[in-house]
Amino acid sequence: MGGTVSAQEGTANLLEVRGLTKIFGTLTACDHIDLTIGKGEIHALLGENGAGKSTLVKMLFGSLEPHSGEINWDGQSVRMTSPSVAKKLGIGMVFQHFSLFEALTAAENIALSLDDGAPIGTIAAKARALSYSYGLPLDPDSLVGDLSVGERQRIEIIRCLLQAPQLIILDEPTSVLTPQEADKLFETLERLRAEGKSILYISHRLEEVKRLCDRATVLRHGKVVGHCNPREETASSLARMMVGNEVKSAERTPITLEGAQELLSVCGLSRKPAGPFSTPLKNIWLAVKAGEILGIAGVAGNGQGELFEALSGEVQQTSADSVRIRGKDAGRLDITGRRLLGAAFVPEERLGHGAAPRMKLSENLLLSRYATDGKAFVGSGGMVKNGAVYDAAQRIIKIMDVRKSAPDPEAAALSGGNLQKFIVGRELDRQPTVMVVNQPTWGVDAGASAHIRQALIELARGGSAVLVISQDLDELFEISDAIAVMHNGELSKPIPIAEATFERIGLLMGGAEPGHVDQKLETA
Amino acid sequence: MRLELVKRPQRSMLFSALSPFIAFGLTIVAGAILFALLGINPLTAFYTYFISPITEVWQLHELAIKAAPLILIAVGLSVCFRSNIWNIGAEGQFVFGAIVGSVIPVLYPDMQGPFVLPLMLLMGMVGGAAYAAIPAFLKTRFNTNEILTSLMLVYVAQLFLDWLVRGPWRDPKGFNFPQTVQFNPSAVLPELMPMSGRANLGFVFALVAAVLVWILMSRMLKGFEIRVLGSSPRAGRFAGFSFNRMVFFAFMLSGALAGLAGISEVSGAIGQLQPSISPGYGFTAIIVAFLGRLNPLGIVAAGLVLGLTYLGGEAAQSVLGISDKVARVFQGMLLFFVLGCDTLIHYRIRLVGLAPKLDASPKLEEAH
Amino acid sequence: MDMTVSILLTIATAATPLLIAAIGELVVERSGVLNLGVEGMMVMGAVAGFGAGFLTGSPWIGLIAAIVVGALFSLLFAVMTLSLATNQVATGLSLTLLGLGLSGMLGTGFVGLPGERLPNLYIPLLTDLPVVGRLLFGQDPIFYISIALVFGVSWFLFKTRTGLTLRSIGDSHTSAHALGIQVIKYRYLAVMFGGACAGLAGGHLSLVYTPQWVENMTAGRGWIALALVVFSSWRPLRVLAGAYIFGAVWIGQLHAQAFGIPVPSQFLSSLPYLATIVVLVIISRNKRLTMMNTPASLGQAFVPDR
Repeated sequence: MGGTVSAQEGTANLLEVRGLTKIFGTLTACDHIDLTIGKGEIHALLGENGAGKSTLVKMLFGSLEPHSGEINWDGQSVRMTSPSVAKKLGIGMVFQHFSLFEALTAAENIALSLDDGAPIGTIAAKARALSYSYGLPLDPDSLVGDLSVGERQRIEIIRCLLQAPQLIILDEPTSVLTPQEADKLFETLERLRAEGKSILYISHRLEEVKRLCDRATVLRHGKVVGHCNPREETASSLARMMVGNEVKSAERTPITLEGAQELLSVCGLSRKPAGPFSTPLKNIWLAVKAGEILGIAGVAGNGQGELFEALSGEVQQTSADSVRIRGKDAGRLDITGRRLLGAAFVPEERLGHGAAPRMKLSENLLLSRYATDGKAFVGSGGMVKNGAVYDAAQRIIKIMDVRKSAPDPEAAALSGGNLQKFIVGRELDRQPTVMVVNQPTWGVDAGASAHIRQALIELARGGSAVLVISQDLDELFEISDAIAVMHNGELSKPIPIAEATFERIGLLMGGAEPGHVDQKLETA
Repeated sequence: MRLELVKRPQRSMLFSALSPFIAFGLTIVAGAILFALLGINPLTAFYTYFISPITEVWQLHELAIKAAPLILIAVGLSVCFRSNIWNIGAEGQFVFGAIVGSVIPVLYPDMQGPFVLPLMLLMGMVGGAAYAAIPAFLKTRFNTNEILTSLMLVYVAQLFLDWLVRGPWRDPKGFNFPQTVQFNPSAVLPELMPMSGRANLGFVFALVAAVLVWILMSRMLKGFEIRVLGSSPRAGRFAGFSFNRMVFFAFMLSGALAGLAGISEVSGAIGQLQPSISPGYGFTAIIVAFLGRLNPLGIVAAGLVLGLTYLGGEAAQSVLGISDKVARVFQGMLLFFVLGCDTLIHYRIRLVGLAPKLDASPKLEEAH
Repeated sequence: MDMTVSILLTIATAATPLLIAAIGELVVERSGVLNLGVEGMMVMGAVAGFGAGFLTGSPWIGLIAAIVVGALFSLLFAVMTLSLATNQVATGLSLTLLGLGLSGMLGTGFVGLPGERLPNLYIPLLTDLPVVGRLLFGQDPIFYISIALVFGVSWFLFKTRTGLTLRSIGDSHTSAHALGIQVIKYRYLAVMFGGACAGLAGGHLSLVYTPQWVENMTAGRGWIALALVVFSSWRPLRVLAGAYIFGAVWIGQLHAQAFGIPVPSQFLSSLPYLATIVVLVIISRNKRLTMMNTPASLGQAFVPDR
């Protein structure tokens, strides 16, 4: 391990990358990366969030320009000046954050990445045929905005396959899929390998890499730290390589909730869709008791964002008792009113929702606390006490171990993990009795994730009610006392953690009826 | 060759301070070319434009008269633009404020006394704010584009004024000229130093408004709310700030200041209502607001500069015999350069050839 | 009958500049760019059209000058917003302010001079047909260009691959960039097309509608064209309908003034502006529908990562 390892003997290399480097400002996102991909192999690119995986593949696909280094394709030195060059060579890409157009149909989306100028009708027919042959059925005439994330990914894959690529790059493809949908994807990928295609598979999920991939290249802090055969490694040895040291998972002491007070309850909450492509909420019931962490699982786009907005009061309800905080009706209160009842909220988007990107951290502290800490932060006549706000921000920065380059930098200048630590810390600092968090560790590196998860558990065990919405099942199994599943705007009954399994939750995520799930599991 | 923008990690303090000056310098260069093309010696032209109008004390008074409405309106607009609300109908609010403020001196010319002027000013502000509340209401209630509605209302206000001074409000003893009666002395804005020039209280209003709004924006929670909602509306909603309330606040504040500017202009510099009471102050103030970097104190300086272009235009017309429209051209160019230079605050600009070298050694870029 | 025909003809003449400017802006906005400088480009086209026509004696050269100047003037906006990523709203406003100032300066010497007028089409027999003859075969050349533009743009946007690409950029410039579409290049072309159209619309004012130069002769038509684009939900055929409704309002108030209807002329003159507000209210009221139709990346600056 370590250093450069050439491809297996006898296999011609499809792609060879030497010394590829990319610098953004003062950050070296990719530092002399070496990588070889053979024909007909599934090659994993492993690394935690922020390790430089996405930057690397964007350079391979021509969306980013490297500062230095070389790329060889089929033995020829090439320059990827734009994605169309990469496409011509035979590289196809399935993006993590989809590069689809919501206002266009599936067929139009596909047509846009094909350069042959064939009529849309022909393309639609071809796409339909190909999608069925790979078991990824697709209606080419549907509007992308109306489709689920899983269906959107199918469009991306079909679009990529229609270009008949030699190398297919998939960036974190399973992060938006249910476990069952992921299995289906793996079958497709194995079939493509059998057809002689090469696949670069980017992930931080170790189990699926072990199961699927022939070789792996591991990145950490923008550098290659090793090449290996994932089948010969254990999940924990791969994790060590990725993270650099042992990562402790959060410790969750068991708790009995009998007799504990319900601090957050939602009774029959419904909401009409707000935008053209958003999900309605349908008759949602839930309750979180003091000391409890309730996890809400679900594939992205099933109404989690809408639920968060309804709980936080960014969108208010028509009936006051549909949301109750500490036993008080809160449905018609705005977010400030709910905060004053003791609730705190952490949204999914950090930049632009949880924090104003171009404002300093101290100002971002004021953002959610000018009302709850009105006495401390705002003086007479509405003048802001800048000194007190600054000191409080520094306190949070210290407690949460936020790494930064200036004493009070703009939010946008922080890395995702550090900003998230600040945002979570901003709310924890108030000791809220109810905390609602959407995707607490999305895009956050392992160290910061562990820190945040542990902090949430400690808050709950200190007697608060914590609701965690997450797409990351590992995370929910690590910290929740019970897990409910959101699908298509509906919420399942919570399943106590002792009875929850990946399979059971996964079936609910895919939309199976709760009763159905248990039957299916029995017959399986 | 093409331009490439590289995002800075933090906004550049250096260019925040420099950009208005760079823009002004570029305008001078472009202006020199323009004058040369018109066959005028640029040095003569610049002297006529920027120096000759302020060589005597009474001329400084004239500058204050021109700058006052620009500053008043632009200070209000800075609140709008900071909150990402696009009120471009200040010209209409100026006119409507002037109309409402003139009700007493035109319809009740016999009403005299120390209370008249304050009441007029108040009515002017109320009129401007009310007129600005129309696009705010339409935006919050019907989701209409405030740029278009506020602008359409400018034409409506101008036509309304035109009708008033030619119709019901026309001075019956005015030889059929389209104008109202001259305001009586207690309805006229006092001059600051009548011995040395015409400058009136309007300039003081402008300075006070600038300082108050500066305190609001930089020290108060309300200012924080304005900046959050403007830079990041979703974060503003998360903070519990209401965008709809902000639309009304920003529109009505800027409308009130534009209305104050309107009635001050009419009761100060003009002394009566007539079909045209503004050489486009409401639109020029947009330039003032941006040139002042949307900072009320910067706006005071910018207002003086733009006021000077009006005086320079008049001087150039009489001395050089060129159209006073040249002033408008200057103003337009200045705004263009200001906006272009602002790019430097958030981005570094790189000129790249069509074939960038791949193996160029990585250059560490300066952080600021 | 003759009366009706002549009213219809004047409506067409009043609607044509609105239609052309709006159809150009529609293409610009479909690419995700909001150019509020229509009024400025239009007035530049008007002064250029009048000036070139007057100086050369040929209205056709005036026509070409109007188009070219409109496109060049829009290039200024394109460089600022696309290459320098400036705020589109502010830049569009400044384009309008600069255009009004510059046209006023350039046109100082043209005030009060008689201009050249583009001749109406005349095809023997066809034009002489009763009623339809003059409506269909006897109008000014820009009228025919405007109709061709509506159908041409409609065909381009919805039937060609390039049109699809343009719409995709308006929907999501980041996705388009990820696919290797040259976002900036398309937007440059779209903005310049919009500029050429606005210039042509201005040229119509000073070469057909009232063949003379009057300062600020566009009188807010550029802004009304912007409103028409919103009214149309970004669909070319609806722009056609909207422009003719506004043309009718414009002509209606002029006729009302001429007939001496006992309403002050100023109130009648403000009708087109009030009508614009009313139309905006009606069309924008349904927020969900508006969001659905608006190009999703409209007005946002785009800076590609490299």
